[in-house]
Amino acid sequence: MTRELDKKLAARLKGLNLDGEIRVMEVCGTHTTEFFRTGVKDLFPHGLSLIDGPGCPVCVTPNEYLDRAIEIGRSHGPVIATFGDMLKVPSSYSSLAKEKAEGMDVRVVYSPVNALDMAAEDPGREVVFLSVGFETTAPAEAATVLEARKRGIKNFSIMPGNKLTPPAVDAILRAGEVKIDGFILPGHVSAVIGAAAWRFISESHGRPCVVAGFDAPDLMMGVLSLTDLIRRGKSETVNRYTRVVREAGNRTAVDLMNRVFLTTDSHWRGIGVIPASGLEVRNEFAEFDAVSKFPVTPPPPKEAKGCRCGELLRGLITPPECALYGRACTPEEPVGPCMVSMEGPCAAYYKYGRG
Amino acid sequence: MSKKIVAGHGSGGKLMNDMIEKVIRARFGRDILQLDDAAVLPTGGADIAFTTDTFTITPIFFPGGDIGTLAVNGTVNDLAVMGSRPLYISCALILEEGLELGDLERILDSMKSEADRAGVKIVTGDTKVVPAGKADRIFINTSGIGVFDAKVSRGDIVPGDKIIVNGTIGDHGMAIMALRNNLSFSRGLQSDCAHLNHMIGAVTGRFPESVKFMRDPTRGGVASVLNEIVQGKPFSARLFEDALPVRDEVKGVCSILGIDALYAANEGKALFIVRAEDAEPIVRILKETPEGKEAAIIGDINKEFPGRAYVETTIGGRRILPLLTEEQLPRIC
Amino acid sequence: MCLAVPMTITRIEGGRAVAEARGVETTVDISLMPDIKINDRVIVHAGFIIEKLDEQAAREIDEVWDKYLEEMDRP
Repeated sequence: MTRELDKKLAARLKGLNLDGEIRVMEVCGTHTTEFFRTGVKDLFPHGLSLIDGPGCPVCVTPNEYLDRAIEIGRSHGPVIATFGDMLKVPSSYSSLAKEKAEGMDVRVVYSPVNALDMAAEDPGREVVFLSVGFETTAPAEAATVLEARKRGIKNFSIMPGNKLTPPAVDAILRAGEVKIDGFILPGHVSAVIGAAAWRFISESHGRPCVVAGFDAPDLMMGVLSLTDLIRRGKSETVNRYTRVVREAGNRTAVDLMNRVFLTTDSHWRGIGVIPASGLEVRNEFAEFDAVSKFPVTPPPPKEAKGCRCGELLRGLITPPECALYGRACTPEEPVGPCMVSMEGPCAAYYKYGRG
Repeated sequence: MSKKIVAGHGSGGKLMNDMIEKVIRARFGRDILQLDDAAVLPTGGADIAFTTDTFTITPIFFPGGDIGTLAVNGTVNDLAVMGSRPLYISCALILEEGLELGDLERILDSMKSEADRAGVKIVTGDTKVVPAGKADRIFINTSGIGVFDAKVSRGDIVPGDKIIVNGTIGDHGMAIMALRNNLSFSRGLQSDCAHLNHMIGAVTGRFPESVKFMRDPTRGGVASVLNEIVQGKPFSARLFEDALPVRDEVKGVCSILGIDALYAANEGKALFIVRAEDAEPIVRILKETPEGKEAAIIGDINKEFPGRAYVETTIGGRRILPLLTEEQLPRIC
Repeated sequence: MCLAVPMTITRIEGGRAVAEARGVETTVDISLMPDIKINDRVIVHAGFIIEKLDEQAAREIDEVWDKYLEEMDRP
């Protein structure tokens, strides 16, 4: 993309005059951060506000998940392999970072394959990989399970925590708690599930939505296209990330995901149980399911007092409206997950906004 | 304050700064324990600069250097950015049982050759061995003494002053992170580990009055140093994204792992705040030295967001550079 | 939600390939996109190729988006 296009888009966005207030939800946590990091959010015209949706795997993972992972770590002593995102997330009583300081063998990996190779290199040591993430990451985690079976690696298992995004967007729209004029849709989830998977937003909920990439021009064009559709009252699903996202997505990836995982109802932190929105390991692959392989009874889950991450993830409040924000809940001592993950709305707001 | 030491306490971010203030300086006395790269001490004669640092890097050998070159150069740079002339260094070794003697010899050789080239002498030291598992092969603590040939007078930083760096940022931090996440390089990425005393001497020799501030942005990177400069001040530090010298390989590793190069460690860089009118000539002097070939003016001081550092991005938007809490980790989201 | 980066395939070895971006090389898994070839431009997430980059669409962005910006001006 050329520099003149950047400048043209920036000038167009900055000069946009909206007759009323437009509220747009961006579903993806990476979008939340990139809107800040590229400076695009700083060009927003008056009246355009961005609401953070349930789009960061850390923020929507329920306490029970980490409570169980920590309990497995404590009572069975495996290596806990995880993406960096999960390290500082507070569980009901602790966090992986605190458990690591107490001696638990917690290792950060860039790819699930790194965790599998760890298990292969040390057959005597169990490795449990925390399988979180949305449709972009789940196929990779499923493929890793298939490879574990193929290579006969017995000391590797995963804790299924993946979530599916369309059901969450549908739940938010059905709840109708918050005014959302349109959606900026996650580019890389869409690379897997395809632009078609989002048509229900425009067809059955009558809201326009745009699949967008993550570079500055992608973000600007995403917002410009969406505000244009909103102002013309056109309820359409538009794909602005055509260099990566196809209408039907990546069938191989989706089939592979569905071969290892089973869709189930799933508890989303702050939103509650959403039907057919989570993934569990199929019985056929039970030997790779850490939940059945390492039975534990974690302590009852509890939410931190005063934590309003749930309402935030449903777009009902913005970070400064939470009483803990910036006081009891800071990036150094996060109370809720939204302040932990680089993608979390509060972390991004606290760091990149005006604090 | 969390009740146990966690990795973040060593990362150069807010967790570490809070601990230093509330746990250490509160006890040793804020007037006595100086927080700069080196303490400036009167001796009756010329003032001296005195510093200490510990090196615990893993892996101990990496492209562009090893724990030994890091220890010598890091100490020399801490003395040099205070404006002193580094003279003497100590070397305290903590060796893990089972460390290969050949590895120790190789590390000590690099310390000697770096010291010779920097013009400093390793004059004292200590050696301790700890049981296997109690250290990660080798830790090195160094202290250093430098002398102030002339009184260093640092003018106050004012809006309009320019921010200069002597070359590409993030090289060291991202070279190490790439190694740890098995990323390799077609053209290679090396740590920028280097001693900067001669380069800094060239600048302060010709422009003693115009350098307002110098620091080597190691852990926490350029962004953390800028935050330390502006915290509680009525001015802000602005960087221009398009002016930042960043190697392609560093951008590549950053985008793959989800890291920001402005927070990655540097081991052969100095950040200068200088009077506006002397910025261009200072960059020309830097470019004449081997360590300053890619020197650049990367920003300035203004009043846009008092007390904060920020970046003017390629598309003309602005984003605040927050004070990092702790080390950045590879992430998927 | 999903950090992913464009890379170019430089070597293919069994179930894995080597991909390069800006001089950085990494081994990537190809099970989600098995029919890739050398010099293909791909999108990599968490060590896996999740999609191929459509070079044609990438080249046309400036033109397509310029046209769209003009259309947006018409009431």
